Amino acid sequence: MANQFDVLILGGGPAGYVAAIRAAQLGLATALIEKEKLGGVCVNIGCIPTKALLHSAYIAKLLREAKEFGIEAGAVKTDYGVAMQRSRRVSDQNSKGVEFLMKKNKVTVVKGTGVLQPGKKVKVGSDGYEARKAVIIATGSRVKGLPQIGLEINKTTVISSDEALFLEHAPASLAVVGAGAVGMEFADIFQAFGTKVTLIEVLPRILPLEDAEASDALTKSYKKRGIEVLAGAKVTKANVGKDRVALDIEANGAKQKVEAAVVLMAAGRAVNTENIGLKEAGVQLNDRGFIKVDPSLQTTTPGVYAIGDVAGPPMLAHKGFREGVVVAEQIAGRKPHPIKYDNVPSVTYCHPEVASIGLTEDQCKERKLDYVVGRFPFSANGRARGTGETEGFVKIIRDKKYGEILGAHIVGSPASELIHELAVARENEYTVEEVELAIHAHPTMSEAVAEAALDSLGRVVHL
Amino acid sequence: MATTVFMEALSPTMEEGRLVKWHKHEGDAVKAGDTLAEVETDKAIMDLQARADGILRQVSAAEGQTVPVGKELAVIVAPGEPLGAGRGTGDERRVAPSPAATAPASSPAPRHSPPAAAAADAAPVKASPLARRMAKESGVDLKLLTGSGPGGRVVRRDLETAAARPAATVSASAPVAPVPPPPSPVPVSRTDASYEDVPLTQIRKTIAKRLAASLGPVPHYFLTTEVDMERAAEAREALNRDLGDEGRISFNDIVVKAAALALTRHRACNAWFQDDHIRYWNEVHVGVAVAVEDGLITPVIRHADRKSLREIGREAHDLAQRARNRRLRPEEYTGSTFSVSNLGMFDIDQFTAVINPPEAAILAVGSVTQKPVVADGTIVARRRMRLTLGCDHRVIDGATGAVFLQTLKQMLENPLAMLL
Repeated sequence: MANQFDVLILGGGPAGYVAAIRAAQLGLATALIEKEKLGGVCVNIGCIPTKALLHSAYIAKLLREAKEFGIEAGAVKTDYGVAMQRSRRVSDQNSKGVEFLMKKNKVTVVKGTGVLQPGKKVKVGSDGYEARKAVIIATGSRVKGLPQIGLEINKTTVISSDEALFLEHAPASLAVVGAGAVGMEFADIFQAFGTKVTLIEVLPRILPLEDAEASDALTKSYKKRGIEVLAGAKVTKANVGKDRVALDIEANGAKQKVEAAVVLMAAGRAVNTENIGLKEAGVQLNDRGFIKVDPSLQTTTPGVYAIGDVAGPPMLAHKGFREGVVVAEQIAGRKPHPIKYDNVPSVTYCHPEVASIGLTEDQCKERKLDYVVGRFPFSANGRARGTGETEGFVKIIRDKKYGEILGAHIVGSPASELIHELAVARENEYTVEEVELAIHAHPTMSEAVAEAALDSLGRVVHL
Repeated sequence: MATTVFMEALSPTMEEGRLVKWHKHEGDAVKAGDTLAEVETDKAIMDLQARADGILRQVSAAEGQTVPVGKELAVIVAPGEPLGAGRGTGDERRVAPSPAATAPASSPAPRHSPPAAAAADAAPVKASPLARRMAKESGVDLKLLTGSGPGGRVVRRDLETAAARPAATVSASAPVAPVPPPPSPVPVSRTDASYEDVPLTQIRKTIAKRLAASLGPVPHYFLTTEVDMERAAEAREALNRDLGDEGRISFNDIVVKAAALALTRHRACNAWFQDDHIRYWNEVHVGVAVAVEDGLITPVIRHADRKSLREIGREAHDLAQRARNRRLRPEEYTGSTFSVSNLGMFDIDQFTAVINPPEAAILAVGSVTQKPVVADGTIVARRRMRLTLGCDHRVIDGATGAVFLQTLKQMLENPLAMLL
């Protein structure tokens, strides 16, 4: 058969393309099947373009505050269309970057939709492909609406991030349903571009998966900026008009109405498990709709693996990256270190940023762990005062007896970068003492990490 | 560069190892962590692992051959690397002597590897900072653990696995309170610490020196008593009727349990002689001698005083079985604070057992047999058992040992006393 490879990969998103690179590095003949642009949601309609837009929002914020820093910028005018165009260029560069990486590593890229067949075979259109060693499913996920209450995505007044990323103009008003990472980031972006934003979260607090202190800090920050924050608020009914949407909201027993030109659905994602021949190949789903995998990420069909969003939460690109590497190494006969799913950092890139790793304080309480909390606010950090970015804090939760870092939570402008010191510490089982013993340069915002570690030991210096 | 494969010290007391089976052969590709060969140590059959990636070359030891620790067995070279490259440095490398390999080898008893001796060894152990802290506070010797982290590094889960057995050690972290040397017999002092070190007083030093000069390194003496096992036997029969097939309780399990409980009341007999101090243990870990092909080994029932008879029975059975199959892990046959040796099944009425240094005492258990006994002026048939306590006179004086044995006898003759 002509189209024989060692490894066939369905889906060219973060999990799939990294698996392809690693498999190729290990000398396996690899083909990557992708129906759209390489890089998946992350590169094209997710992580990357939103980061470009968030930076536009950040510049707008800086310019509005510039006067205080001795810079006269005049009236700040924003144009979402221009920012959007720039974000598209950034996405395209990244997608081309993935194409280059495929060429460099001699990965064969097949355009089209791969459909599994029994026996490690995949059909793309009328072409048949066969894997000598393994097939990897990395078909990812997509946004979903809430059709049960009339909020089906119609791409004009009820949109998802897919449409928000291509708008020519920022809407006059926007209701964001769901205050996880996606909802928080779009609320941030559109508020900076002059949109009146209402953020609606059904759970009792925004960023429900983060530490309660992080949620509180962001609630305060968003409200100060004029974003309306409705937490513990359920959308009971939606009236979708031609150019307006009226939402009935029930929050804390009280009913209220929210009207907006556009509703952005940022609640939940659906995995792409349909029409790819899972049933025919004997690949089963679990009760939550993800592909059922064993600890080595093998599906119910031997020789067929699943990685990334389809294999289960957390649905994060960097979790997919690691699964791609680990599965490729297994297929090549190596024994990779098992993935520590409890040490995957979580980051929301709104302003201020929120980043965390490990357990929240509530989780520590639920597990009845004996813990001590150390905190350090950026308002007491010299570098933060210099840049005027004093919002937020570093919070480290350590085990009382051994000093193990149980969890770390950072709110602040560089939170996404600072969290990795604690990721490295946890990966290597450093205790708070090793973190504190490492000399941190002065003045940096990283000092707050060392100070929070010290605070947990009762020895904070600059507070 | 080539990496030399040495015969490694795979058990704390290993001085040489017999190559049971090569899993990799001349010319095979190997990866760090792969099992190269199975090696029979003085205690068990262990895996010898590759320390580097490459091709196995110059295999110089055959299966069945016995090789001293530190001797070269093969080299691992990069594919295409000429043989001999880097050999110079490889040959000079020394395998760190295992902690107890340096301990006196002349002891007639099966040698133990006390964690204390291991701690004195300076060879670095790869371990994460958290694992080091947990080990330090819980008194676990990192050297006895096999690391599962990157490059064989000992990480938290290795300690958790090791700690699963002595469940209470990990939580015992309170610093040892400075307690004055207790008078003899040493009263029971249950603190949070797993043991207490008491420096040798001058008189104890002199006693130790003089007795050792007279009787050899471990000056033994023996105390024998005969125990009426009638009530224990009845209790055992009743329990075994209830238990049915799932884990029958043996006389030895009852003796282990009773001895462990008696030791909690007579700490003087639950001790280690440590050259310049005596370590009085607050935890009771009972070694149970098991005959294996070509020798004997003493797997340890940890915290035997806190375990039920059924737990002791099940654990003793499992450990003995794995001991006979030579599948014990080092942490399963080290660290006992007292030992029990039973030759009753061979119809031995009474015998003396040799102490396991650094322990201070060993109990030799004879057979349970019916004997004519005078009770209330008449001769009746009773099931009787002879116990002989071997004591290290440097630690336990005659009266101290006798009082312990008396408590043990009372417990066995009135098993309900164990519930008190």
